[in-house]
Amino acid sequence: MEPIDNSSANRDQVGDDMRLVARLRAGDQQALSELYDRYSKVVYGVALRILHDTGAAEDLLQDIFLQLWRKPDAFDSSRGSLTAWLAVIARHRSIDRLRQRRPETDIEDCVIASSTDLGNETERSLVIEKVRVVMNEMSPDQRSAMEMAFFQGLTHTEIAAKTGEPLGTIKTRIRSGLQTLRAHFAS
Amino acid sequence: MKTHEQFAEDQALYALNELTGSERQEFEQHLETCASCRREVQALRGDLGLLALSTSGPNPPARSKERLMRAVAAEPRGLSAPVAEKARRRGFGWAWVPTLAAVALLLLAGALKLDNSRLEEDLASLTSLHHNTATQLAQTSSQLAQDEERLRLLSAPDAVQVSLNPQAEARKPHATAIYSPSQKRMLLVASNLAPVPAGKAYELWIIPTQGLPINAGMFKPDEHGNAVMMDHPMPEGVVAKAFAVTLEPEAGSDKPTSPILIVGAGE
Repeated sequence: MEPIDNSSANRDQVGDDMRLVARLRAGDQQALSELYDRYSKVVYGVALRILHDTGAAEDLLQDIFLQLWRKPDAFDSSRGSLTAWLAVIARHRSIDRLRQRRPETDIEDCVIASSTDLGNETERSLVIEKVRVVMNEMSPDQRSAMEMAFFQGLTHTEIAAKTGEPLGTIKTRIRSGLQTLRAHFAS
Repeated sequence: MKTHEQFAEDQALYALNELTGSERQEFEQHLETCASCRREVQALRGDLGLLALSTSGPNPPARSKERLMRAVAAEPRGLSAPVAEKARRRGFGWAWVPTLAAVALLLLAGALKLDNSRLEEDLASLTSLHHNTATQLAQTSSQLAQDEERLRLLSAPDAVQVSLNPQAEARKPHATAIYSPSQKRMLLVASNLAPVPAGKAYELWIIPTQGLPINAGMFKPDEHGNAVMMDHPMPEGVVAKAFAVTLEPEAGSDKPTSPILIVGAGE
């Protein structure tokens, strides 16, 4: 029944996200550095795909990690993976920038729930591969609708106009596509 | 007024940040009272997180990280020693300005006094200038003395920095426990915990599906209210129904002796 050991040596042995976020909350700059090494590629990748501008993607990357530093409590580690949360924030902020509008959502309001384990590099690589396989298995129309909504920031109405499909069909495709993804990772 | 079913149709639109204006406002009002919609929106955001992973791209340039860490170093949490030291050094440099100026002026006046009577008129003029400058220097010195006072406060070893903000509800204590019966291992990460009184500590309990609560380890929060605990020996084959934390004597209790502070049900 020993009290916990908060020494840096003990903390440094553990590399999982929850510990890093706990260290971040305590103002540990090294924890932010480690989180950046883990997740900057995902955030930058999403931003670059949406913005098609390396300078703007770099600015957004900087902005998101600074927000994480300033508001580490915004991420609720009990609800979902940090990778998924950062990826969604990166997507939303990129679309805001693309549309030249003020951010719609504060990062503290972006609560995410995900049961998929993305805690270490191996798990992340497996999940990324699986997501690509599931996306490739979808019909081209469904995959295209999801990519237009997520990566191009087109509204459902804009996608319907662009594809000539009814709005209801587009809504269903996107919604069921997301649920298909979820179902593959729930099983 | 929309029905729940109508709001449910907008869940994906909201998760994608597509709802704006009054539609968004209405949906958020509905979310406040509808746990089912809240859960689904959060799950859809999780799905969007997965979708984001389908992208691939290059690593960001190395300069991005350097830029970030420089920015972070410039805004540490609390008043750091380097900031105070920098401020102190800056003050030390400025403090010499009036002294050097006064010495230079006095030397100049001394040199003029050594000159002959032809320069007496010029000397009178310069003396007047000296007088005016000395007055200005006295004002500057007074200002610097005030600055020095402020810098001494900033540099004081016991100086604390407190941010005053609009009064808000205190953050609630929160903890996440991960427990594997097969591995007999437990990890607990807690935040926003109140400091413990002397001789006391927090005790984590596993509440099994059958039987009495089982001690799962003692822990104390750090000065920020955070705590991490792992590697406490766990009994074999216990199926957890819930986890709870109570305040107990530091040596630990065999059974909870105070009210449960935080509790969570296992999956």
